[in-house]
Amino acid sequence: MIWVDTIIQGVLLGGLYALFAAGLSLVFGIMRLVNLAHGDLIVFGAYLILVVVSVLGLNPFLAAIVAAPVMFVLGWVLQKIVLNRTLGEDILPPLLVTFGLSIVIQNGLLEGFSADSQRISLGALETASVSLGQISLGVMPLLTFASAVAVIVGLNQLFYRTAIGRAFRATSDDPTTASLMGIRPDRVFASATAIAMLVVTIAALYLGTRANFDPNIGPARLIYAFEAVIIGGLGSLWGTLAGGIIIGVAQTLGAAVNPEWQILAGHVAFLIVLLVRPRGLFPRGG
Amino acid sequence: MTVLSLKNVSKSFGSLKVTDDVSFDVPRGEALGIIGPNGAGKSTLFNLVTGNLTPDAGRIEFDGRDVTRMPAMRRCLDGVGRSFQIPQPFEKLTVFENLLVAATHGRAASEAEVLEPCTEVLERTGLLPKSNTAAGALSLLERKRLELARAMATGPKLLLLDEIAGGLTDAECQSLIQTIRDLHSGGVTIIWIEHVLHALTSVVERLLVLDFGRVIGIGEPGSIMESREVKEIYLGIDV
Repeated sequence: MIWVDTIIQGVLLGGLYALFAAGLSLVFGIMRLVNLAHGDLIVFGAYLILVVVSVLGLNPFLAAIVAAPVMFVLGWVLQKIVLNRTLGEDILPPLLVTFGLSIVIQNGLLEGFSADSQRISLGALETASVSLGQISLGVMPLLTFASAVAVIVGLNQLFYRTAIGRAFRATSDDPTTASLMGIRPDRVFASATAIAMLVVTIAALYLGTRANFDPNIGPARLIYAFEAVIIGGLGSLWGTLAGGIIIGVAQTLGAAVNPEWQILAGHVAFLIVLLVRPRGLFPRGG
Repeated sequence: MTVLSLKNVSKSFGSLKVTDDVSFDVPRGEALGIIGPNGAGKSTLFNLVTGNLTPDAGRIEFDGRDVTRMPAMRRCLDGVGRSFQIPQPFEKLTVFENLLVAATHGRAASEAEVLEPCTEVLERTGLLPKSNTAAGALSLLERKRLELARAMATGPKLLLLDEIAGGLTDAECQSLIQTIRDLHSGGVTIIWIEHVLHALTSVVERLLVLDFGRVIGIGEPGSIMESREVKEIYLGIDV
């Protein structure tokens, strides 16, 4: 029974990793942009929510709703003014620019909030749990997982059921032809990053409420997100959830054997998948 | 009523005059064919009409308005639709989605507004059975049909076809010609560049011959093909 419990906890943890990864996957899928500052943007979002909570005295969930439009606009401007200029045949400029952006965000947060670790308090909800037979599940892990599924369902609906989604896919397929059809790729990309920042806000809410954070933890979280995206197959959203779950389960199983093995087990699982299926579990376009 | 009117239009790339003092009118409902040897400036002429290029001199009127310096996007919204020589569908989108994207952006309309016209275009271009197939899985003929359908989906007043029959077998070509003829008899004004002459002459009412950027003949296809100049310059026959 302890193993079933461990695996379920791992699956729920996978939801958190999938949330970290979904925005990354979305942006990569549409414009082939690897955003090295993604983890730092999540940390930035967490600080933004923290500020809203402490200044306005709001519940963290409401604070996230307040932060979301700010992050949305930030994403739009960031893409339109900075990141669009880096896109092209060469894959190096976006890597360098987002790497630089990562450093800028980290240092900006250090300057503004010091290196002290922070946490967004949820009160009683933090320890609330529901019992399923002999297994006890935390309400927050359950909410995290449900949010991850909701985000992925929502993004898939957006992709396949709406005009903007079709514009995303058309531009992802062939930006030149898309512009001949009257689509403006720079705006499509800006909208995509803006939407990715909404997902980042949700990830930030759970990052900030479930564990301590400080200005420098972005890159460490980014690694899990990258691994989830690569295990799932680049650009596949359900694959990203599967990737998150695999890492989450590997980590909790590793931790159950020996607490020191938690992180290692996640990375080993990633390497095994990379060995067996180098293109990921659900590669896009076969 | 004239849909398109070019008046003394010229365009040079460096010292090379690719469009040289070209003037012609296209009345509403006409199908005009454009022929000429490679490098005669046919595609440049299309690019000038669509707005991808701006002429150095002269004037282009579309639907009674001066569009000489109007950007391509605006002209598309105003009703200039074009197909491309090499079909470039969005391969991962279905046929229907390809049309939806072209129609919503080419007409600046919502998806709900374009559903019906898109379905009608699918029917008229014979693609209805393929609506939900990914465009990447289409045969060459179907890709050409999609290229045609995508141009039609923007609701054009003037349809520009650029070598749409190239690379097809005779039977495929015949079936595509029939589709274009149907579109034309439905009232669409067409300008068609084509190397496959029999395809062209079986549809168009007039032929325009270009050589070194100049119009060397325009008129009824039979008499144009018989004219000495055309035989000499275009067909390379010494008369």
